[in-house]
Amino acid sequence: MMQSLNRLGFIGIALVLLIAGTHAHARGIYQEPEAFLQDTFAEGVPEPEMIWVTKSIRPMVEKILGHKPNALRIRYWRKASRSAWILEEIGKEKPITTGVVVNNGQIERVKVLVFRESRGWEVRHDFFTNQFKGATIQPDHQLNKSIDGISGATLSVRALRKQAQLALYFDQTLKSP
Amino acid sequence: MKAFNITLASLMSTVLIGTSQVSHAAPSLEKMWETLQQQQKQIEQLSKENKRLTEQLEVSMEMKQQASETKQSAYASKGDTSIGGYGELHYNSFKDQDNKLDFHRFVLFFSHEFTDKLRFVSELELEHSIAGEGQTGEIELEQAYVEMDFNNKHSAKAGVFLLPVGIINETHEPDTFYGVERNPVEKDIIPATWWEGGVAFNGQLGNGFSYDVAYTSGLATPTTGSNAYKVRSGRQKVGNAVANDGAITGRVKWTGMPGLELAATAHYESDLTQGQGVAGTESSATLFETHAVYQKGPFGLRALYARWDMDGAAAKAVGRDEQVGWYIEPSFRISPQWGVFARYNEWDNNAGDTAATEKKQTDVGVNYWPHENVVLKLDVQRQSGAANTDGFNLGLGYQF
Repeated sequence: MMQSLNRLGFIGIALVLLIAGTHAHARGIYQEPEAFLQDTFAEGVPEPEMIWVTKSIRPMVEKILGHKPNALRIRYWRKASRSAWILEEIGKEKPITTGVVVNNGQIERVKVLVFRESRGWEVRHDFFTNQFKGATIQPDHQLNKSIDGISGATLSVRALRKQAQLALYFDQTLKSP
Repeated sequence: MKAFNITLASLMSTVLIGTSQVSHAAPSLEKMWETLQQQQKQIEQLSKENKRLTEQLEVSMEMKQQASETKQSAYASKGDTSIGGYGELHYNSFKDQDNKLDFHRFVLFFSHEFTDKLRFVSELELEHSIAGEGQTGEIELEQAYVEMDFNNKHSAKAGVFLLPVGIINETHEPDTFYGVERNPVEKDIIPATWWEGGVAFNGQLGNGFSYDVAYTSGLATPTTGSNAYKVRSGRQKVGNAVANDGAITGRVKWTGMPGLELAATAHYESDLTQGQGVAGTESSATLFETHAVYQKGPFGLRALYARWDMDGAAAKAVGRDEQVGWYIEPSFRISPQWGVFARYNEWDNNAGDTAATEKKQTDVGVNYWPHENVVLKLDVQRQSGAANTDGFNLGLGYQF
């Protein structure tokens, strides 16, 4: 009896999977980058500019990331004291796309736009990303405030922290002579 | 001579007139200084621009080189396939035992994204460095499943996967936890690392809640001998596993505030022995596990409780109808590189009898991360109760 139930159980679930699969949608796109930019610059998105990871800033970029940069040209958008950055960083295996807005050298907003990892999705929640608000970068290029992690999402948390540091550092270099 | 004088006078007047004209057109010293300064500024700007362009050219050349290397790389040419891994080398020194050096785990992850909503995930592990007949180690396929997303909140997977239970069963890369060896409670009671074959659904419910439900193969514990009904001895590892009786697992997790995770798992098996013993040895069994993980700034706390209850006279006769354990682990991160911890564990795989079979273990130690993905560990362990293995452990771990 139990064995028959077992078989029925497996077959049933397999059928559910099959049927559900035909209606599956890609996960992880929480906001399109264009929509993020429109949210950020409600009065009109400025033309994108480009920052080059040249040898003068590369050592610090590598120090923040803990590895070589994946992209050597980064697009950003700037208007008055605000700059917006759309950065990609791998957590465990897949890149997490995050939008970071910096205003007067402080983080105004962090938003996970696309999350592709199989674990650590909790980092997309506002209760986590709100911790970055007001953060600045210190001379040692660490954030000036501690960010509480999420159990089981260590690598995703780490990726977001790096993205926040990087956006602040890039913003800082734009203002350097 | 007259002619010469006239010519000289004429030449002098020409020079005088010319000089007078030059003198009229020449800028003042201040003007010349200003011009020089402007030119200097322009030179500096051009020099900066030249430096910037040179650097950008270098970056462009590097990008071109990277693109060329990418084309030549077998892995990278399959951009949807990724690899990762972790490993840990342990040195164990316990009283009255030989000291041991063991490359405990060498693990490789391979995953492939078929589409945005369909992916394959695998974890292949070599334990204790060498495997084969008569050897101490094993090669194990701990994960090999295909996962599909229904939408951006709910997914399903089928294949071999880690059961959603405990703190370290699913996340056990060495740089993510304290202590060289994994804690004995999750190891002997849950029993981590625990994987089964089957299907599972998981998703997010909102307000920080998430769920996992799995229908899988189950344990097959021996019914006789010293390991009778011991859960860790029942792991079949999905190797020709007897699947007469399945198991269902459900977990609810709350991660609604930064740094805090609360979770509870219930697991039911209709017959823990898979009908492999003699008549009357069958035993349905239930595992309940709950845990909390909290991290606030440098302070960390992990606490877990797990308990198995087994029906059937045979399990009761050997005192294994109840198997229970718990631990609590405070920690403190001194700096990004250094952290210290203490852990107190109690567990009993024979909690159903009246004998003093409870084991106790206290661990105190330190982790040092020279890189965020590399860790060196040292801990001291003291056991009491039904266990008395005292000593210390050293470890090296990494993940990528």
